[in-house]
Amino acid sequence: MSVTGTIFGINGPIVTIKGNLGFTMSEMVYVGEKRLVGEVIGLTKAQTTIQVFEETTGLHPGELVEGAGKAISVTLAPGIITNIFDGIERPLQLIGEQSGAFIPRGVNVDLLDRQKKWQARIMIKEGDTVSGGMVIAEVPETPAILHKVMAPPEVEGAVLWAAEDGAYTIDEALAVVRTKTGEEKELTMTQQWPIRIPRPIQRRFPADRLLVTGQRILDTLFPIAKGGTAAIPGGFGTGKTMTQHQLAKWSDADIIIYIGCGERGNEMTNVLEEFSQLVDPKTGNLLMDRTALIANTSNMPVAAREASIYTGLTLAEYYRDMGYHVAIMADSTSRWAEALRELSGRLEEMPAEEGFPAYLASRLSAFYERAGYVENLNGTDGSVTIIGAVSPQGGDFSEPVTQNTKRFVRCFLALDKSLAYARHYPAINWLTSYTEYLHDLEGWYVANAGTDFVACRNELLHILTTESRLNEIVKLIGSDVLPDDQKLILEIARVIRLGFLQQNAFHQEDTFVPIEKQLQMMKVILYLYEKCRKLVEMGMPMALLKEDQIFEKVIAIKYDVANKELYKFDEYHQSIDDFYQKLLETNA
Amino acid sequence: MSIEYLGLSEINGPLIVLEGVRDAFYEEVVEFVVGGKKRKKGKIVAVEEDKAVIQVFDNTDEMSLKNTHTRLSGHPMEIGLSLEILGRTFNGLGEPVDGLGRIKPEAVRDVNGLPLNPCMREYPRNYIQTGISAIDALTTLIRGQKLPIFSGNGLPHDQLAAQIVEQASLGEESKEQFGIVFAAMGVKYDVAEFFRRRFEDSGVSSHVAMFLNLSNDPVAERLITPKVALTAAEYLAFEKGMHILVILTDMTSFAEAMREVSASKGEIPSRKGYPGYLYSELAALYERAGIVQGKEGSVTQIPILTMPNDDITHPIPDLTGYITEGQIVLERALHQKNVYPPINVLPSLSRLMKDGIGAQYTREDHQDLANQLFSSYARVGEARDLASVIGEDELSGTDKKYLQFGARFEQEFVAQGADENRTIEQTLDIGWELLHILPKEELDRIDTKILAKYYT
Repeated sequence: MSVTGTIFGINGPIVTIKGNLGFTMSEMVYVGEKRLVGEVIGLTKAQTTIQVFEETTGLHPGELVEGAGKAISVTLAPGIITNIFDGIERPLQLIGEQSGAFIPRGVNVDLLDRQKKWQARIMIKEGDTVSGGMVIAEVPETPAILHKVMAPPEVEGAVLWAAEDGAYTIDEALAVVRTKTGEEKELTMTQQWPIRIPRPIQRRFPADRLLVTGQRILDTLFPIAKGGTAAIPGGFGTGKTMTQHQLAKWSDADIIIYIGCGERGNEMTNVLEEFSQLVDPKTGNLLMDRTALIANTSNMPVAAREASIYTGLTLAEYYRDMGYHVAIMADSTSRWAEALRELSGRLEEMPAEEGFPAYLASRLSAFYERAGYVENLNGTDGSVTIIGAVSPQGGDFSEPVTQNTKRFVRCFLALDKSLAYARHYPAINWLTSYTEYLHDLEGWYVANAGTDFVACRNELLHILTTESRLNEIVKLIGSDVLPDDQKLILEIARVIRLGFLQQNAFHQEDTFVPIEKQLQMMKVILYLYEKCRKLVEMGMPMALLKEDQIFEKVIAIKYDVANKELYKFDEYHQSIDDFYQKLLETNA
Repeated sequence: MSIEYLGLSEINGPLIVLEGVRDAFYEEVVEFVVGGKKRKKGKIVAVEEDKAVIQVFDNTDEMSLKNTHTRLSGHPMEIGLSLEILGRTFNGLGEPVDGLGRIKPEAVRDVNGLPLNPCMREYPRNYIQTGISAIDALTTLIRGQKLPIFSGNGLPHDQLAAQIVEQASLGEESKEQFGIVFAAMGVKYDVAEFFRRRFEDSGVSSHVAMFLNLSNDPVAERLITPKVALTAAEYLAFEKGMHILVILTDMTSFAEAMREVSASKGEIPSRKGYPGYLYSELAALYERAGIVQGKEGSVTQIPILTMPNDDITHPIPDLTGYITEGQIVLERALHQKNVYPPINVLPSLSRLMKDGIGAQYTREDHQDLANQLFSSYARVGEARDLASVIGEDELSGTDKKYLQFGARFEQEFVAQGADENRTIEQTLDIGWELLHILPKEELDRIDTKILAKYYT
């Protein structure tokens, strides 16, 4: 029997009921005649407080509120990948088919398709023992993803009956299990899981494998590990969304969950269109075949915006449990924090810094801690990587969301306004960004990229930091008065900035660059530096060196050497040698 | 007929509390009759059992706790619409003020609108030629985009907006049905008059619907004006298949009004006293731009906002920039150099530009040229900084060329006549001409093939 009550007060997305009628915290409720979905967020003896995930326009006091008897949850079953959901997992495509271009209030749809029959291969038989997380069936969900239907985490017992291989809907029984308490439990493809509770795991591993993104500044300078956490803060127009799109397209995660939290509608449309056409170079499948989108755009109700982050996380954890590497793009976590602020204001809670609630930091840490490289209940390995965009107010990184995020992520990719103004993309500032994963990943680089990768990387960064120091002097007195060895550093740094750090997302070859090519590019640049340094040490002026086109040639490597033509790098080493010889001969 | 309530329980600024009401609902519109004659409107902003808090879209002068009759309308704020609204002028609530009588509504729409389903949107790709070089080449306006003008007091944002409207609507698209929805929020009488006259002079006024809330009109009405205007725009675009350009001015007054009303409600302020829901409210307006799959029309928004103290990090421009698809930033220093339009291209941006330009739409060299102009003009800033320290004479040859490039870029590319309508070819050609000032090896953002073709 479900708990019911009647509405007492309405203030924006917050609805109150007088008295304590037996609702539980985080319980899902249906509010009013239109049965708007809501969640219980406060209980006192005098009053029950509910946040409603839809517009409350038209709601009267006195209308009925009915408890669903369970915490606000998502439905987990085949049909998630390639889909696009709102913040509480309602499929937007279906809502569009039912209701047209605009999303009406109180829309009632199935979260996942319950008619569709999925071809299932049953993995258990009568007499087997199942435990939580064990794979009971395999369903090809998309060409890229084999969906592993698992026993819910709390289930343990003996299989009394198992279905044959065949086509089933997500509600049909695949097996019957007698649990330890003697209950008979039917297992289907569907699980329910409350969004605010992390799904259980066996144990966590250190994050020591690179999430290969094909973006040079990330893979080389500021790598993110699988199961790691990263934040991308930047003012508007600095390219947060572009960076997230690039990562969603090219990173080597098995599955991408893209959460558009309080962002632009057109952006989500763009992702949807583009991902449905682009092909994953590694597998040949469409990118959409490994992607699920959550779109709670800025004009959709604020409470659902708050929930969208958790919905996305829960979907990610579910696929991680199957043994997949999942990457979450959360764009943007600031909108989520602002949703917290907005709701907190409506609840008249005591504000802390800049009006944000005092629990902002604990919510952020709880969010990022759900990332990790883990051993699942069924013994497989999987990971959830969280990459969160942060939209600091006024582009000022000292504001509370950026500062608190910094405490809980291990990779910080600071986007820079002046780089963006000069259209240097990705506009990641190499002086203020950092990663804590480099040390953990050293082993991976040695095994997969080459023993000298990290040394090259460190030298590159060293040249760049030296350049910034020299630039301080240049700003005061101009570059002409610098000694030639310092002018050389400026020139090489220019080559690194233009030829290596700048990456063109719209260029067919440059949009994704494999690790091997990144290493070769670094080596050519450093070889050029080494040879030039020798020439300068012999007393040759930089002006003479710059007469040659070799610097421009090295800068153009990113376009001129295709990702499959790595043998061409030998020619560049040869050209540098020729350049060196030529200068020696003509100026000896 | 619904019940009328006599008397009020409380009046506090634009807010009224009414007790003993039955069946009031959130966002319901109420009508007041004050002293037996004067009519006012308001909406319910909070309800608690039989107590309703009502925000009046008018000043509360002359209202007393005794002389007011209140009637609940039974529906949220709505507006009657038909094609007749074109060529007409309304107040901020959508009531005609031009003395031509009421319009005959063909449809009635809730002004709050509903969120547009991202699955049903069509990604905007068609570019709109405005004839203004700095916009067409560097911050291209796309049909269905929301592209605000960030300005300051005393800068010519109104002239620029009017020029965009005239030149964009008189372009090659004249065969298609176009319309303009103009919403004024708290602007001076002169500003509204300026736009009216410009529309009249250029012969587009029969395609314009104007919604005016001037600076001496009630503050609370200002909060509803853009919603009314956008509801009209959506109706014309998605039900009548028209291409609608919406001018919203001035968004700063809208946000100020929100702060004023929020404070009188006793809400907890967040940044600079603005309510915590400022972002959501702004988004609810700006997101009402776009194109819908399978529908003819489009809504393109050009909101104008004056940055308080020219500060782009102020919450209003800041939050706007996070929602809109780019921004056109006007700069006082350029205005003082007599550059019109004084667009500072560096912080200006059009997010939809990348998909709406190139060989298919404008010209193959457009993207590369734009990148190079941005990058070179950013270098000009560095050269100028250096020159101010060591003097222009001490600069290297390349830096001197950058100074020269910068000056000509501002005077010949950005600056143009107030009625000059350049084609995209003219604009791009000026860009190439200016790049010739710089040595070829400085042009590092341009594909080698394009460079060979255009840099001769």
